[in-house]
Amino acid sequence: MKNEFDILIVDDEQVVIDSVVKMGKIYNYKVDSADNPFVALTKIKENSYRLIICDIMLPSMNGFQFIDELQRQGIDIPIVMTTGYSTIDNAIQSIYKGAIDFVPKPFTFDELTATLKRAMKYSELINLKNKAQHKQIIYVSCPSKYFRFGYSCWVKDEFNGTILIGATNLYLKTIDNIRKIEMPSVGEKVNQAETFAKFEDDEGLIHNLHSALSGRIVEINEKLLTNVSILEKDPYFEGWICRLIPSEYENEKRLLIPCSSDR
Amino acid sequence: MNGLNEIRFFQKIALKLILVVSLTVIIIIGIYSYIKIKSQTDVLLAEVERHANQLSETVKNSTRYGMLLNQREYVDEIIKTIGKDPAIDNIRIYNKEGEIIYSTNPSDVGKMLDKKAESCYACHAENKPLEKLSSKERTRIFRLNENSPRIMGIVNPIYNESSCWEADCHAHPKDATVLGVLDVTISLAEVDKQIKKNELQELLFAIISIASIGIIIGLFVKRWVDKPVRELVKATNQVAAGNLNYEINGLGNDELGYLAKSFNNMTKKLQEVQQQLLQSDKMALLGKLAAGVAHEINNPLTGVLTYSSYLLKRTKDNPELQEDLNVIVRETLRSREIVKSLLDFSRQSTPKKSYVDVNEVINRADTIVHNQLNINKIKLIKELDETLPKITADANQIQQVILNLLLNAIDAIGPDGGTITIKTSQTTLQPKGIVHIKAALCPKNHNLIDNEHKIAGLPSIKLKMKTNTSEGFLFLDPVYGRTNHYFGIPIDKNEIIKLTCPVCDLSLIDKTEKCPVCGGPIYKIEIPTQGYIEGCASFKDDWQRWKKVDEGGNKKFVEIQITDTGCGIPQEYIDKIFEPFFTTKGQKGTGLGLSVVWGIIDNHNGTISVKSEVGKGTAFSIKLPVE
Repeated sequence: MKNEFDILIVDDEQVVIDSVVKMGKIYNYKVDSADNPFVALTKIKENSYRLIICDIMLPSMNGFQFIDELQRQGIDIPIVMTTGYSTIDNAIQSIYKGAIDFVPKPFTFDELTATLKRAMKYSELINLKNKAQHKQIIYVSCPSKYFRFGYSCWVKDEFNGTILIGATNLYLKTIDNIRKIEMPSVGEKVNQAETFAKFEDDEGLIHNLHSALSGRIVEINEKLLTNVSILEKDPYFEGWICRLIPSEYENEKRLLIPCSSDR
Repeated sequence: MNGLNEIRFFQKIALKLILVVSLTVIIIIGIYSYIKIKSQTDVLLAEVERHANQLSETVKNSTRYGMLLNQREYVDEIIKTIGKDPAIDNIRIYNKEGEIIYSTNPSDVGKMLDKKAESCYACHAENKPLEKLSSKERTRIFRLNENSPRIMGIVNPIYNESSCWEADCHAHPKDATVLGVLDVTISLAEVDKQIKKNELQELLFAIISIASIGIIIGLFVKRWVDKPVRELVKATNQVAAGNLNYEINGLGNDELGYLAKSFNNMTKKLQEVQQQLLQSDKMALLGKLAAGVAHEINNPLTGVLTYSSYLLKRTKDNPELQEDLNVIVRETLRSREIVKSLLDFSRQSTPKKSYVDVNEVINRADTIVHNQLNINKIKLIKELDETLPKITADANQIQQVILNLLLNAIDAIGPDGGTITIKTSQTTLQPKGIVHIKAALCPKNHNLIDNEHKIAGLPSIKLKMKTNTSEGFLFLDPVYGRTNHYFGIPIDKNEIIKLTCPVCDLSLIDKTEKCPVCGGPIYKIEIPTQGYIEGCASFKDDWQRWKKVDEGGNKKFVEIQITDTGCGIPQEYIDKIFEPFFTTKGQKGTGLGLSVVWGIIDNHNGTISVKSEVGKGTAFSIKLPVE
């Protein structure tokens, strides 16, 4: 008989495991832990998990190799990466490898909660979608000419040097009742995988959206500031977040997934 | 290496040179002496011969009268008297039968001579005796025994004439042609002594010439070769021991002097490269250190931050506790920022680039340090090139570079005031070794750029490579003119290598042209909108050509010069200023400022150099590529 857990935390630091377990207790998540990737792999075979939180710097096998190993074994449990060596490179690499999110250490209780809530919701939505009947729509995928960075951020090339950027329907659905959106200011520069927009939910938790590309913001969708609901109604057209001039488009484009592959 | 003292004597250049020159001199003097001695000897012998001939005629003539009168005592007396001359060895007269009739040596009289005796031989060598001989043929040189001096003999035949057969004595018949022979022998001891003396003189001359040539060559070789070589060896030993500051001076302008200059240049270059390597090493080490520290500190910070922020949430109704917990959370967040900045410092490897107007960055930096400049009574002169092109760079990092250099200049000038000059300009440098190939296509437009295999951090150009024996991939260096190619399989440079597109297998060898260096085949790869890059496909040499880029000329750089009138940097510190943790400011400095500057410029593919004079000031020059 398989034990059913919500979360598996893979980290070689006991205090990090303790933090996640503590949070699990508060929100009623069943949390299991492994202090090295091999133990984690055995546990994944024996039990079922809805989410894995994995450190990047692990003994004998790093977090990216761990993802590769899971993919090789055909295991598609959503993964959130975390590391003390919290560089943008690691964040980009995590998303590129297929992790759904990246939380740099050290995190506050709220930061971790926001991430985990979203991740659990994501897991739930994906499960629903997999079980769904033909016509039932769980979330709307992005249009076929768009590209996405991970599952959360989409981009649309306007073919005049600017790029439109926004949040996917799936990402927005992982957040309970968006109350407010915080956007970057015009002229500001963002980097790929860096937080560029923040969403505040009912409970006051802040959810970060990582930018799909690096560039300079030239316009923001000010309508969103007054009417957040546009986001959920029309996330791919009216609900764009900002327009930017990419600085390293050619290079960064490699890491994006064409939305046409989702159809 | 123990130096020149290990070279054995016979291996020294000086000795070899002396030997070769001496041998030539010996041959020349030898031939000359031989010819000279021979001609001298010939002249001497001819003189003796003439003298002997004369003497022989004199004896013959003076005895003629005695002979006719048949006065034997008279003839005998004449011969004996003449024969007393020490130079004359012997005077003898033989009759036709070979009997000695007269002689200076009375004991010889009456003896018979064989026709084979050396005095008869000249005429009697042939079967039929000769009657007339030239004076040369009548002469002979011989030794009585091995130890005796050489002797020259001359025979003088006494011919029959009317007065002989008509004489009263009727001793000679009318039909005889030759009546007898006068044989005069003269000792050559004096002549030989003279010849010997001449030979000795020549030998002495030869030895003196060779010795002086040897000494002169030796002295000059010592001065022109030995001394500079000693100096060069000393210098190489110094460099080998790690002293790259060693400089060779005063070796003149000859080939070795040129070598010395070239050596100085080499050590200078080595020093620069070594410093850059050291710098990269240190930066890499520092990066590792920061990564390690970040990882180690962030984990415990995670515990502190989650638990304290959790407590903060739980104790909303306890304001006193909230206040204290807020401090913990705030300070932990601050620690998080410190660690983050440490990571940012170590991870300057990926500058976030955009189009940057360097002049604008300088103006912004100026406003930041404006107050500090005023307080220190420093005048900032900006000589900015208004037509400066924008560069692809991280504006914040470039600003950090300028700020760091300005702050250093302010510190160097001190409170008494001075000037700082910032100048921007455009400059061009050669494209080879700088231009980066970012796209490459096969004739069927397959992309050849390979992001998996990187050379010096840049995606390489992947080609399929076939030799007679094996097949694999070749990764070309993506920097034009730099040839750090990676060969997937070992190649023999004499083998014919086939280079093809890894996707469609179409050949990339251009058969219409040959490598101008080795005459081998060349490869030709299309660079979209930039023409073609060509290179030697046998890889025997590093030949590469990219016409479009070569024609486009040199690569453009933006140059920023920051000059101050401060205290200057002592020469011994110049090499160290870019090293992390090196500071002369004591507690005031961290020693990271210039090392950060170096790291940023390096990551922008730029260069930074410094010139400084103690008491006069320092000038930093930065070159950043315009892309």
